Amino acid sequence: MSDSPASIVSIDDPIVRVEHLSLYYGVKQALFDITFDIPRHRVTALIGPSGCGKSTLIRCFNRMNDLIDELRIEGKILLDGRNIYDPTEDVIRLRSKVGMVFQKSNPFPKSIYENVVYGLRIAGEKRKEVLDEVVEQSLARAALWDEVKDRLHESAMGLSGGQMQRLCIARAIAVRPEIILMDEPCSALDPLSTSRIEDLIRELRGDYTIIIVTHNMQQAARVSDYTAFMYLGKLVEFGPTEEIFTLPKKKETEDYITGRFG
Amino acid sequence: MARNLQAELDKLKERILLLGSMVEENVRNAIRAFLGNDLALAQQVKQRDDDIDDTEISVEEECLRILALHQPVASDLRFVVTVLKINNDLERIGDLAANIAKKLLFLRRENKIHDAVTVPEELHDMHEKTLRLLQYSLDAFVHEDADLAYKVLVLDDEVDEAKHVIRRKLENIQQQDPSQHVYLSSVLSITRSLERIGDHATNIAEDVIYMLQGRIIRHDTDEIN
Repeated sequence: MSDSPASIVSIDDPIVRVEHLSLYYGVKQALFDITFDIPRHRVTALIGPSGCGKSTLIRCFNRMNDLIDELRIEGKILLDGRNIYDPTEDVIRLRSKVGMVFQKSNPFPKSIYENVVYGLRIAGEKRKEVLDEVVEQSLARAALWDEVKDRLHESAMGLSGGQMQRLCIARAIAVRPEIILMDEPCSALDPLSTSRIEDLIRELRGDYTIIIVTHNMQQAARVSDYTAFMYLGKLVEFGPTEEIFTLPKKKETEDYITGRFG
Repeated sequence: MARNLQAELDKLKERILLLGSMVEENVRNAIRAFLGNDLALAQQVKQRDDDIDDTEISVEEECLRILALHQPVASDLRFVVTVLKINNDLERIGDLAANIAKKLLFLRRENKIHDAVTVPEELHDMHEKTLRLLQYSLDAFVHEDADLAYKVLVLDDEVDEAKHVIRRKLENIQQQDPSQHVYLSSVLSITRSLERIGDHATNIAEDVIYMLQGRIIRHDTDEIN
C-alpha cells in the first residue's frame, strides 16, 4: 500500500484490505484510520492491551458489530476486492465466507452431529451422504473425529471445554469459509487443550486465512505468521511475527511485548 | 512479571561485566608476567582462569533460566542472547590468557629462558592494542555504543598486522641465533594468542551490534568499511 507508514508492511495478494477504517460507538471513536492488508492463507494475530480495539476490529471482518446501536463506520474492508460494507452486500453470504470462533465455546444444545451440519442445513442441504461426509471431514480437520466418532448423536454439551472449542472450529469450517476469525479461542482452556488448538490453527493455515485476537503474547508468537499491534484504537505496527518479536520498529510495540507498558 | 525480568536482566548484566573485568585483568597480567618473567603472576593467572570458568558456567545457567522462565522478546531477547554469546567469547579469551601464562611456566621449567632474551618491542605494542580492543568491545556493550563496536572491527586489522610484523622479526632473530628457537616459537605462539583474543573481541563487538541494531553483520566485511 503506497501510503502506509514504514511500520506497516505491505502484502502481496492479500485476501482482505482494510482501508482507512474508522469506527465510532456513538460519539466515541474506537478505531482510528486503520489501513493494512491481511495475507491469504496465513495466520494474522491482533495483539494489544485491553480496550485497544482488537476485538472491535476482528468483529468488523464479518460485520458482527452491525447490531450495535449508533455504530458508525468509515472507510472500507475489501474482501477479495469487494467492500463488505457496501449496502448491497449480503451479510448471510459474508458470514458463510468469514466464520468465527469465540472466546467461550458456544456449541448449540444439540448433538455433536447437528452442531457441525447446522450451517449446511440452514443453507438447505438435506442429502444425508453429503452431511455425513462433511461431519467426518470437518471433525477430522478439527482433530476431534477420533474422540467423538462413536457418539456423534450425543449432546455436544457433554464434551470437555477443549473438545467444545474444537467442535466450534469444526462447525466453522463445515461451511467452507475462506476466513476464520478467532477471538481469544484459548483463553478458557488448559495448557494441553490450548496446545491442541494451536496445532490445529497451524494445520488449518494451508486452506484458510485465520485472524486471531489473543492476549497471550507467546501464543501470538507461536501460531501467527503476521502480527498487528494495536493501541488506543490505532494500528501501531504490522509485520512478520518474527520481526515484531525480535526487532519491532516502534517503541510502543517494544514496550508492550516486553511488558514495560505504562 | 515485567519488573521481575528487569531485575534479572540487571543482575545478569552485572555478572557478565564481572566476568569481563576478570578476563581483562587476566589478559593484562598474562603478558605482564611473560614480559617481566614473573612466575608468581603467571601462576595467579592460571588459578584465576578457574574462577573465570566457574563464572562463565553461572552466567550461562542464568541466561538459560531467564529464557525458560521469562521467554523474553525483542530487546530483552537480543540482550540475553548477546550475553550468552559474549560469555562464550570471554571464556575463550580467558583460556588464551592462561595459555600465555603457561608458556612462561613451561619455558622456566625447561630452562629455556635465555639471559639475553629479545622480545620485539612490537609485542608490547600488540599487547596494548589487543587490550584496548577488548576494553572497547566491553565498553560498547556497557554503554550500548554501536559506533564504538564498529571501531573495534576496524582496529582488529591493526592487531592482525602487528602479528605479521612480529613474526618477520622473530624469523630474523632466529636466523641469527638458532639456539633460541624454543623461546622464539613461544613468543610466536603468544602473538597468535593475542591475535585470537582480538578476534574474540571482534565477535563481542559484532554481538553488541546485533543487540543494538538487530543486524547480524558477521561475515559481512564490506558493510563495516
